Amino acid sequence: MILRACFQVGLFLLLPPLLLGVVNRVKALFAGRQGPPLLQLYSDLAKLLRKGTVQSRTTTWVFRAGPIVGVAAVATAGLLLAVAGEPALVAFSGDFILFAYLLALARFFTALAALDTGSSFEGMGAAREVTFASLAEPALFLALVVLARATGTLSLSGMLGPGLPVAWGEAAPALVLAAIALFVVALAENARIPVDDPNTHLELTMIHEVMVLDHSGPDLALILYGASLKLFLFGAIFTRLVLGFHFESVLAAEAVFVVGLVGFAALVGVVESVMARLRLVRVPQLLVGASVLSVFGLVLLLR
Amino acid sequence: MSSLTDSVFILVVVLDLFLLASSRLNAAIRAVALQGALLSILPVLIATAEHHPAHTLLLAGGALVVKALVIPWLLFRAIREAAIRREMEPVIGFVSSMILGAVGVALAFVFSRGLPLPIAGQHEFLVPTSLATVWTGLLLVVARKKAVTQVMGFLVLENGVFVFGMLLSGIMPRMVEAGVLLDLFVAVFVMGIVMFHINREFSSLDTAKLSALRD
Amino acid sequence: MLVLLVLVPLGLGALALAFRDNATRPLFMLAAAALHALGVAAIWASPPPPGAGGYLGVDPVGKLALTTATVLFLACAVYAQGYLRRRSDRDNRIFVGGLCVLLGAMTAVGLAQHLGVMWVAIELTTLSTAPLIYFDHDARSLEAAWKYLLVCSLGIALALLGTFFFALSGAAPSGPRSLFLSDLVAAGPALSKPWVRAGFVFLLVGYGTKMGLAPLHSWKPDAYGEAPGLLGALLSGGVTTFAFVALGRVHQVCRAAGEDAFPRDAFVAMGLLSMAVAAVFMVGQRDFKRMLAWSSVEHMGILSVGLGLGGAAASGAFFHSLGNGLTKGVLFLSAANIHRAFGTKQVEGVRGAARILPLSGPLFLAGFLAVTGTPPFSPFFSEFAILNGAFGGGRYVVGALYLAFLGVVFIGMGATVLQIVQGEPSSGPRPDTEDTWLSAGPPLVLLGLVLALGLFLPRGLRELFDSAAALVVGTGS
Repeated sequence: MILRACFQVGLFLLLPPLLLGVVNRVKALFAGRQGPPLLQLYSDLAKLLRKGTVQSRTTTWVFRAGPIVGVAAVATAGLLLAVAGEPALVAFSGDFILFAYLLALARFFTALAALDTGSSFEGMGAAREVTFASLAEPALFLALVVLARATGTLSLSGMLGPGLPVAWGEAAPALVLAAIALFVVALAENARIPVDDPNTHLELTMIHEVMVLDHSGPDLALILYGASLKLFLFGAIFTRLVLGFHFESVLAAEAVFVVGLVGFAALVGVVESVMARLRLVRVPQLLVGASVLSVFGLVLLLR
Repeated sequence: MSSLTDSVFILVVVLDLFLLASSRLNAAIRAVALQGALLSILPVLIATAEHHPAHTLLLAGGALVVKALVIPWLLFRAIREAAIRREMEPVIGFVSSMILGAVGVALAFVFSRGLPLPIAGQHEFLVPTSLATVWTGLLLVVARKKAVTQVMGFLVLENGVFVFGMLLSGIMPRMVEAGVLLDLFVAVFVMGIVMFHINREFSSLDTAKLSALRD
Repeated sequence: MLVLLVLVPLGLGALALAFRDNATRPLFMLAAAALHALGVAAIWASPPPPGAGGYLGVDPVGKLALTTATVLFLACAVYAQGYLRRRSDRDNRIFVGGLCVLLGAMTAVGLAQHLGVMWVAIELTTLSTAPLIYFDHDARSLEAAWKYLLVCSLGIALALLGTFFFALSGAAPSGPRSLFLSDLVAAGPALSKPWVRAGFVFLLVGYGTKMGLAPLHSWKPDAYGEAPGLLGALLSGGVTTFAFVALGRVHQVCRAAGEDAFPRDAFVAMGLLSMAVAAVFMVGQRDFKRMLAWSSVEHMGILSVGLGLGGAAASGAFFHSLGNGLTKGVLFLSAANIHRAFGTKQVEGVRGAARILPLSGPLFLAGFLAVTGTPPFSPFFSEFAILNGAFGGGRYVVGALYLAFLGVVFIGMGATVLQIVQGEPSSGPRPDTEDTWLSAGPPLVLLGLVLALGLFLPRGLRELFDSAAALVVGTGS
């Protein structure tokens, strides 16, 4: 029990940078390149932690607090996450709302830190990010509500736990729609194509990247690490939803989970490689489309 | 088998929602063609003992040819001749159309609860899917400016009526075939001709240009 | 025999489409009209048995509508000879063929005893007339044709869904399982009420669109305004009458199922709404052909109100359908003559029509008087019957609104018509546009019939109206 908890926490804290490495590798392979090593982000984080920070004189404590709260909030959200069908470390009825709002808190502080710099580019990025987040949040909630209705519980541990295989048996179409909606939300929240291009170097086309433009050294390391944690979180929900089988042995469950996560990262990489970024006016349509799919799933469950 | 039928109905509704959201005409025509193809295999999937096998296959085959091949071909020709690729901002925006469409789907399920089927053994998604598709078709005709999209809306509405007609194909087979395929084919054919004339006259298929007549 | 009545015009239409000579092709229309008139006269003389396996049959409603159609079509066919000769620059293949097909389709609607056949026939009326609106081949008529085609096709598709709903209401194992009118009416209370109710809504929207009731009337001003006057006469006097017949059949089924409270309220409401909308748009109308379209909306509203009130008012409504059909013929044909003589449809450009066209001008004026319910023309008596039915049944608000709207329409239309007909013309008529017997004779004859029906209504006709009303809405209101 304790061993399992330690393993889960360890997985949560150590695996995420590998996921980003997988994404980048897949994108490189699509482009016909060799690509960076899978463990590249670990080296980047180590390098950044060794460097010093440069802070603008116009910033305040908010700027310094931004990355810290960002990682702290996301890590706390990770405690609520049920991994591989086992209950989470912290679970209670309605914890998915806390989950969503912890992520929102992280985003809030990142946006505040961006605004704190007083630069117009960061402000533009913050405005865009928050606009899209205001559309992504209902989509996330609706998808989770479908899940809640299908499994009959209001806790993430229940939704992703042993009730899930039963729900797949009864309400498979609704869960498929919810999974698609969740994937779109995952792309939006993690600032991936088709919502945002993480590799762009043109500030006017950035959304998430431009918010973190002013951070350097350990702050930037925290930001990058927080982003990878967020990707892990969404990947974990999506993977468990899609691979919602019942496993006899814990080892098999965890192994399938890790493989599924890597598969999720690969899928993100594939999507990033085959699609172009959407025009900014089309992103709300995409997110509303995800919400509408979840609503349809909900209608199927409620009839 | 029943989960396959479930999936077909659900996919039809998802295609409806996609049509409400899409502005690229190529993608929209392909979606309509796919919807037509899905609907043409439905008679085979939901055939019960009452149905005559030859009739069912004839209906399915006819629907496949007309809905999935001929009509999309006509539409592709229309947009190629008019050289249009996108629907610009329509009368009811894409986001609002999607939301209205979702509301329509929800209402369709609610209304079909109040309409008990007198024939037993019918699939429970049939009436809601039909009503939702009719609603989508209406939205498309009313909300869009390009004549091609309005014709597509009409097609989608006919698809909804076709789905409903399958309820009756056991007891009144000829009615369903005559009613839907003939109506669809002839009406779209005539509309195609009129669209050709519109394009020639106005050099565009934007019905916003067709606004000279007003009180 | 009934099958022939439908097939002969269709066949002549097909022949006309294949015929090569532009100059003599209009004779096909005349032939179709004459043969059709003979057929209808035979029906009056001795009622034929149902034909085509029960799909076609004569009942009072159909007989009345067919009579209206045949007289109107005959007048229009005669008019068409002169009209198409004057427009010999245009290829009239589709025009003549389409109008013959229209006659066949309208006949099928009137004779149909099966809701499916009725639906197919109404669809055919839309498809056969849409290309004809585009006869002038200009941008405006194309726009009108597109709107007509799209809106009416949409309505017809919804009507198909409604027809399916009706079929489903009788689809229980113990039910009639058919769309034959007689089967559905006989099954009556055994029909599933939710389906009948839902089906009525769709059928009302569908056939109401075809009839041109508000709020489904948006295609009418454009279509009737841009179509050639001849086509306008047939559409407003013929096709709308048959759409009314279709709604009447729907009501028959609803009444048999015991669901006629909501339909009747719906008819009254939509009828009053149509009259209101028409009254609003009629005042200050700049285009006199669009004005006639709004007049058509108004009269469809009157028909709907009469049908919804039931009893004596319904009888008046059927009387009105006959009078309206003929009067619309007078109005549209004479308006077409005025349009051609002055070269414009705008009211500003037309003055002194009575001087320039000694027949068409006064005919237009007389037609206006008839259509707004001036005695001794027949619409006065039919509209009065409906009003009587309203007050007699205690529906005072309905009656008051009805009267008010009629008044507003009279004033609005009157201002426009008097402006056109009276005064000094600014110039002489354009060449080759004077009144001839072919161009002014048919509307004159139609006006004479309208006057005659008002002065002396044969008992046979009166009984026909009563039996049609009894069939559709039952006796008593």
